[in-house]
Amino acid sequence: MNDLLIILTASFVAISCSLLGCFLVLRKMTMVADAISHAVLPGIVIAFLLSGSRDSMVMLAGAAAFGILTTFLIELFHLKGGLQSDASIGVTFTWLFALGVILISVFAGQVDLDQDCVLYGEIAYVPIDLWITKSGTIMGPRALWISAIVMVIIIAFILLAYKELYLTTFDPAFAAAIGISTTLWHYLLMSMVSLVSVASFESVGAILVVALIVTPPATAYLLTRELKKMLILSVIIGVITSVGGFYLAYALDGSIAGAMATVGGILFGLAFLFSPTDGYISRFRRKTNKAAMINALQE
Amino acid sequence: MKKKILQADNPVTEVHDLTVTYDRKPVLWDIDLTLPKGSVIGVMGPNGAGKSTLIKAMMGLLPLASGYVKMFDEKLDDVREQVSYVPQRGTVDWDFPALVKDVVLMGRYSKIGLFKRPRQSDKEIAMDCLRKVNMEAFAERQISQLSGGQQQRVFLARALAQHADLYFMDEPFVGVDMATEKAIVDLLQEMSAKGKTVVVVHHDLQTARQYFDWIVLLNTRLVASGPTKEVLTDELLAETYGGKLTLLNEVSQEIKNKEFPNREE
Ligand SMILES: Nc1ncnc2c1ncn2[C@@H]1O[C@H](COP(=O)(O)OP(=O)(O)OP(=O)(O)O)[C@@H](O)[C@H]1O
Ligand SMILES: [Mg+2]
Repeated sequence: MNDLLIILTASFVAISCSLLGCFLVLRKMTMVADAISHAVLPGIVIAFLLSGSRDSMVMLAGAAAFGILTTFLIELFHLKGGLQSDASIGVTFTWLFALGVILISVFAGQVDLDQDCVLYGEIAYVPIDLWITKSGTIMGPRALWISAIVMVIIIAFILLAYKELYLTTFDPAFAAAIGISTTLWHYLLMSMVSLVSVASFESVGAILVVALIVTPPATAYLLTRELKKMLILSVIIGVITSVGGFYLAYALDGSIAGAMATVGGILFGLAFLFSPTDGYISRFRRKTNKAAMINALQE
Repeated sequence: MKKKILQADNPVTEVHDLTVTYDRKPVLWDIDLTLPKGSVIGVMGPNGAGKSTLIKAMMGLLPLASGYVKMFDEKLDDVREQVSYVPQRGTVDWDFPALVKDVVLMGRYSKIGLFKRPRQSDKEIAMDCLRKVNMEAFAERQISQLSGGQQQRVFLARALAQHADLYFMDEPFVGVDMATEKAIVDLLQEMSAKGKTVVVVHHDLQTARQYFDWIVLLNTRLVASGPTKEVLTDELLAETYGGKLTLLNEVSQEIKNKEFPNREE
């Protein structure tokens, strides 16, 4: 039963990450997700200090605010300061993450958080941390609920705004020309990334969030030539990654998050080698076929 | 400086005192012009003259250092739906996982509205526009599997699908073969006869005379704006393309030959 709870939580997180990740990969902005997933830390700590509780709603709000602040700062340094975008991402998130770490150590007595947990997560503890309502009813694991709610929000967002996201990703100039605000959609997408980062930071941790945002979409990208199919494939790959990772960790008695990232990497490697359209092997075959043809012609 | 700036009787768009700068360096300086409704208009000038910048500025895609633009006598934001745009081809990632028909359908997005899905009629219009640029056989292809000229035609189809009244096209014929170019120009002229206006950035002086009713010559400053016959003169071309005289002599020779043509087509 506990296993099932962990697998479900991980799968919900994987689905949210994979869906958003497709758009980030295509916008060449996965590093922004990396930045956000780290930079929400001070938001979480500040929200915690202000409210004095681990109430998820307050934390979500704090983290979302910092996610948007991160996006804003990256844009500001890049556009107004003329800094390269990768440098501007690096400056922003290391600084914000450091701020979070300092806040945790200064208020160590009051904050029941530690930075290892933020980076690596503790998905094995998901079943223990229960959501108990005021009347005393036990609703089940808190992380499971949060990841499920976030997943529903993300799916609804993408279903509703599919064509706006599609167009602003593919051709921002045309989108702006027909009156679809690229800035607005950029910020909306980044708010969703913040939401996912916070919702999953305790369970899977910042590093696995990034792995789940980048790897399944990158794998799906190698397998298809259509955005809709890429989204669906990416979700399937994300779920396989989390289920496979769980059992790998079980077999090796190792870290669940680490095992999941490993499975994601293996799936990517397989797609890279064997994809019928873009795979290394099919490209190699095409090359040798061509060489054979040329040889045959010459003979 | 030689100039000839004529005003259109029936302007579809007006540009007033427009100046655009990149890093404080002006790339468009004090442009003031009107363009006539129901015509095919050529925007010409050397590389770096600011042609793309002028189009982007008119479409509101760039901040203006000064001046303003009016379309259909209104502010652009109130009439965006009636205005369409074909960007220079290099501006998007052609490896994007999108099918040709999906890209053309994007032309319908402003008509469909926020959060709604494309209707059957939108899909039919998109197919119809693909047919107009002779690309219906490629509807199901991924866009990276097209040649440069075919990609350009997909962009054209997308703009046509918008059913706009005013079109801005930035070098739409780059890499398009002569037969297709001719077919598309015929289509544009047909559209202009129905009262639509098409503004085209174009490089080929030889074809300009047949294609355009009105021509804008640009080189940071506005050199000329007026009916083709009055604007395509040696003097104004020399002013626009300045310096590159050997090339210009050849071009004007070419134009003189066209002036007394033995038209066979
Ligand atoms: N993003 C930018 N930043 C700085 N300068 C720019 C930028 N884009 C264009 N420029 C400069 O502005 C001037 C006008 O550029 P623009 O692209 O409008 O020229 P163009 O007439 O369209 O040229 P082409 O025929 O090569 O397409 C050029 O000198 C160019 O170097
Ligand atoms: Mg240009």
